[in-house]
Amino acid sequence: MIQHTDNIDKKHIGGQKNGTLARLLRYVRPYIGVLVLSMICAAATVMCTLYSPLLIGDAVDCIVSKGRVDFEAIKNIMIKLGAVVALGAVFQWIMSTCSNYISYSVIRNLRNECFAKLEKLPLKTIDGTSHGDIVSRIISDAEMVCDGLLLGFSQLFTGIVTIFATIGFMLSLDIKITVVVVILTPLSLFVAKFIADSTFRLFKEQSQVRGEMTGYVNESLSGLKVVKAFSREDISLGEFDEINKKYRKIGVKALFFSSLVNPSTRFINGLVYTGVGIFGAFSAISGGITIGQLSCFLSYANQYTKPFNEISGVVTELQSAMASAQRLFSVIDAQEQPPDRENAVTLDADGRVDIKNVSFSYTPQQRLIEDFNLSVKSGQRIAIVGPTGCGKTTLINLLMRFYDCDSGEILVSGIPVKDIKLDSLRGEYGMVLQETWLKTATVKENIAYGCPDATDEEITAAAKAAHCHSIIKRLPQGYDTVLTDEGALSQGEKQLLCIARVMLRLPPMLILDEATSSIDTRTEIRIQRNFEKMMKGRTSFIVAHRLSTIREADVILVMRDGNIVEQGTHEQLLAKNGFYSELYNSQFAAEG
Amino acid sequence: MLSLIRYLKNNKAQSVIAPLFKLTEAIFELLVPLIMADIIDVGVANADSGYILKRGAVLVLLGILGLACSLTAQYFAAVAAFGFGTALRTDVYKHIGSLSYAEIDRIGGSTLINRITSDINLAQDGVNRFLRLFMRSPFIVAGAVIMAFTVSVRLSLIFVVAVPALGLVIYLIMRANLPRYKLIQQKLDGVTQSVRENLSGARVIRAFSAQEREKREFYGKTKSLEQSQVSVGRISALLNPLTCIIVYAAIITLIWCGGISVNIGGIEQGELIALVSYMTMILTALIAFADLIIFVTKGNASAARISDLLSVQPSVTETASQEVTPEPDAPAVRFENVSFAYSQTEECSLKNISFSLGKGKTLGIIGGTGSGKSTLVNLIPRFYDVTEGRVAVNGADVKSYPTKQLRKMIGIVPQKATLFSGTIRSNMLWGNENASDDEIWQALETAQAREFVEQKPDKLNEGVAQGGKNFSGGQKQRLTIARALVGSPEILILDDSASALDMATDAKLRRALAHRNEKCTTIIVSQRASAVKNADMIIVLDDGECVGMGTHDELLKSCEVYEEICRSQLSDNSKGGGQR
Repeated sequence: MIQHTDNIDKKHIGGQKNGTLARLLRYVRPYIGVLVLSMICAAATVMCTLYSPLLIGDAVDCIVSKGRVDFEAIKNIMIKLGAVVALGAVFQWIMSTCSNYISYSVIRNLRNECFAKLEKLPLKTIDGTSHGDIVSRIISDAEMVCDGLLLGFSQLFTGIVTIFATIGFMLSLDIKITVVVVILTPLSLFVAKFIADSTFRLFKEQSQVRGEMTGYVNESLSGLKVVKAFSREDISLGEFDEINKKYRKIGVKALFFSSLVNPSTRFINGLVYTGVGIFGAFSAISGGITIGQLSCFLSYANQYTKPFNEISGVVTELQSAMASAQRLFSVIDAQEQPPDRENAVTLDADGRVDIKNVSFSYTPQQRLIEDFNLSVKSGQRIAIVGPTGCGKTTLINLLMRFYDCDSGEILVSGIPVKDIKLDSLRGEYGMVLQETWLKTATVKENIAYGCPDATDEEITAAAKAAHCHSIIKRLPQGYDTVLTDEGALSQGEKQLLCIARVMLRLPPMLILDEATSSIDTRTEIRIQRNFEKMMKGRTSFIVAHRLSTIREADVILVMRDGNIVEQGTHEQLLAKNGFYSELYNSQFAAEG
Repeated sequence: MLSLIRYLKNNKAQSVIAPLFKLTEAIFELLVPLIMADIIDVGVANADSGYILKRGAVLVLLGILGLACSLTAQYFAAVAAFGFGTALRTDVYKHIGSLSYAEIDRIGGSTLINRITSDINLAQDGVNRFLRLFMRSPFIVAGAVIMAFTVSVRLSLIFVVAVPALGLVIYLIMRANLPRYKLIQQKLDGVTQSVRENLSGARVIRAFSAQEREKREFYGKTKSLEQSQVSVGRISALLNPLTCIIVYAAIITLIWCGGISVNIGGIEQGELIALVSYMTMILTALIAFADLIIFVTKGNASAARISDLLSVQPSVTETASQEVTPEPDAPAVRFENVSFAYSQTEECSLKNISFSLGKGKTLGIIGGTGSGKSTLVNLIPRFYDVTEGRVAVNGADVKSYPTKQLRKMIGIVPQKATLFSGTIRSNMLWGNENASDDEIWQALETAQAREFVEQKPDKLNEGVAQGGKNFSGGQKQRLTIARALVGSPEILILDDSASALDMATDAKLRRALAHRNEKCTTIIVSQRASAVKNADMIIVLDDGECVGMGTHDELLKSCEVYEEICRSQLSDNSKGGGQR
């Protein structure tokens, strides 16, 4: 097994939260105009929202008691209030729309940048990182950042403006009551913080158990058929229940503690409200403030604590958004494969491949290919044989330059591969791998993947050559059927499509890695004939089990434990009486 | 959601108490503006500081009582939600265990995993929020309206108009957005798929230098996602401003009419303030309600998916309760005119298959991709039920066996080698809980796995990572063969289970199996003619039909398909032999 040490997080630059925030804000910079507009609107919204209770208070003061109501004044105030509310509503809508636009655009740019990076990562990194992890970064983490930004824009800023503006408005009414409010409200912040801290530990424990559960479910359900074959359903259920109970125990605690925040802060709010009520009432008796002003204070007391609660919520949200942003940035920062050299040439391959003193290993601890030499003439056929897991694909990795040699060099048409443009090097190879990969796209698009400009006739011809024309015809929409993950195609049929994909392009060099392993023998014989035609005059590297392919090869490379132990023609190798002859004879015995 | 409500049955008390306490808290909250009105109208008006302090104390008391109620409610809601989730999880897990291969194939492993993890968590979250808030918001709204009535019936008419108007706005915005949310989810799925595909296909994409094209395609997908998100955002952003406008319109009307009422001595100043407070209370409650609806909708969608899964009927059901005593002289496996289709609408994957395999004999099954080989052997342990005909093991119909007994007799090694995390030993014990180390080593030896297991530092205690990731494909296959052998099955089925082995190891394995326990009936499924040619009987399948049955020599003469397969594979051999 190949053990890679490279993964996305290796180059990660530690956890400077401020650095992450600053960097995230750089993505906002192109939208600075929208951001400024959004902030102006936010401030305006807050002012309108805060001005309304003041107006209501004024109106209440015009309604004192029976016969003492100043309708003229009320009318003026009400017109003002109507205008303020309408304005506030418009500002609020513009603000939300702006912050939506910024967050979604920033996230799209981040996602695009991550994706562009994926296309440039060395395969070493892609092989060494869990794909699920990268997917969850680009999807879920980006979502988290987006939520964080959205809340940050819409609530954090408004929250802060609200707090300061409220203090200002209250000070303009009465200093003493303002002091009461200002002293009491942060209490709710402390309470919320206290609860959040103690829940944090419980949440961590909970997510640990949840991870354990997901792991167990993942394994037992992906191996469900085996579980059933061994009648282990009951045992498995017992094991699952064990974890399920554990999850419940910790989950109830975590959920309960986390749900304490709202009632507790509401309680503090109540205290503030009561405090303002009592103080205000005394003040009103002594004539310090009017009743209308008291009612205005009461609304402020309600509104004033809200941003504190929201901010404490936003802070946790922002923290996780920052953590997520960091995970995205570490994708963006991952080391790229080196770009083409400046004077790199476009290859027009003649089929010669020279491998000179090449050494390579995936990890320094485990030496693989050492001092390997091979000279392939144009049109030669190279067979790679060896027991399972001997590293046959390693050679393909080097030829296609998915990986670079540690030392030595590979020359194609006499040019060192490092001096050839990567795209042009890979374009000269046609590759069919054991693992079939098809895109979620139509059959036609898949066959034409190598040359999107191919005509329908060319595509059909390639499909016929790969003997999958009749299979495709049988699909519901023929060549326009969209292939999906589950798909109606068997492994063997998929492999045929992969062969058609190469048949369409026919570059001067071929790499066939067990290209027909999932295809039944009868179809294979038919394809084989087309393969023969295809290989004529083309240099081909073939990983194969089948003797006929191997024996007709010009050079056979025998691999074992990642090393090339022997090379030569069939006869030479048999005469050598080494590992190849052992392999060959055991097979002969098997079939005799 | 309703169909899953029975999972709350173990927590009936909690599910009732939680909302009740929430209601109590809401009542306390609704009293606050009235008391404040008293403070203003009585306390301030009469300059009675004693009264103000007393009423203030009442307010604090209400706050404390409210806190106590709401804590109780939160606790019971948490207990009920987790009780719901836990019971549901167990039940879903059990249900999944009862499904046959047919349903597992149809639904797919990753879907099953999602249902039992994230979907149940979302549904659980929905229950929790529902218990805590769903009753509260409507109650506050209704309560505030009622309280308003106690203050002034005439002025309450303003409430009667405003509340439905608010409800309508929230409803319209929700209705406009829900289908758009679905669209966004679809687009996001498309983005996810692109990323996944580009990782798994990195080699092919690079080989065809299609990076730029893939990038353009991805950019197109994210752009379209962004557009949908922005358009939903634009609509959702209407919610707050519109509700605000309605509430303030109501407040303006309230003050104007209230002014008239105060002027003629209908209500007092403090009462007017209370009415305004109730109006704002309604606004906050309704906005919380709108948030809640989004959560509950999500939970509901999850619940619907879970219900769908729970309503899937296993096609293979256990009907037998008594163990079957095998007939000693009956053939080990017998197929009588068996046909099988994966679903009613599909074409038959197996057509009219009949054969009989004696005890201790070896059967080879050969055929091309999709010819129905695996399907045939999967009918023997009753992983699927036949569509027509009958499968008998030891003379008795497989449907008459308790599945446990049937599957204990059969050791099947599937195509895909699956190991479970633990140790090599713990995996081997799957076949037989009481197997001794000697028995395990013997099985490993037959399966050609002894050598590499011995090389491991911890031998049988060597750890196995999740999915057996720390073993190569060939090693995994050999371990799964050994696992089946540990159970010393009467019937051993190898379903193309040596495909990752090279020819040499494959041959050694077959020789070791042949020299093993004579009594074991063996069925070998393969694409390689060499793997089946020594079998006592070979069945040649082509497109679900049996096109030949007999020994290697007989088939070479009589069966064209078989002859063709052999020629392509074994011809090397005769030539190779000639050269030696």
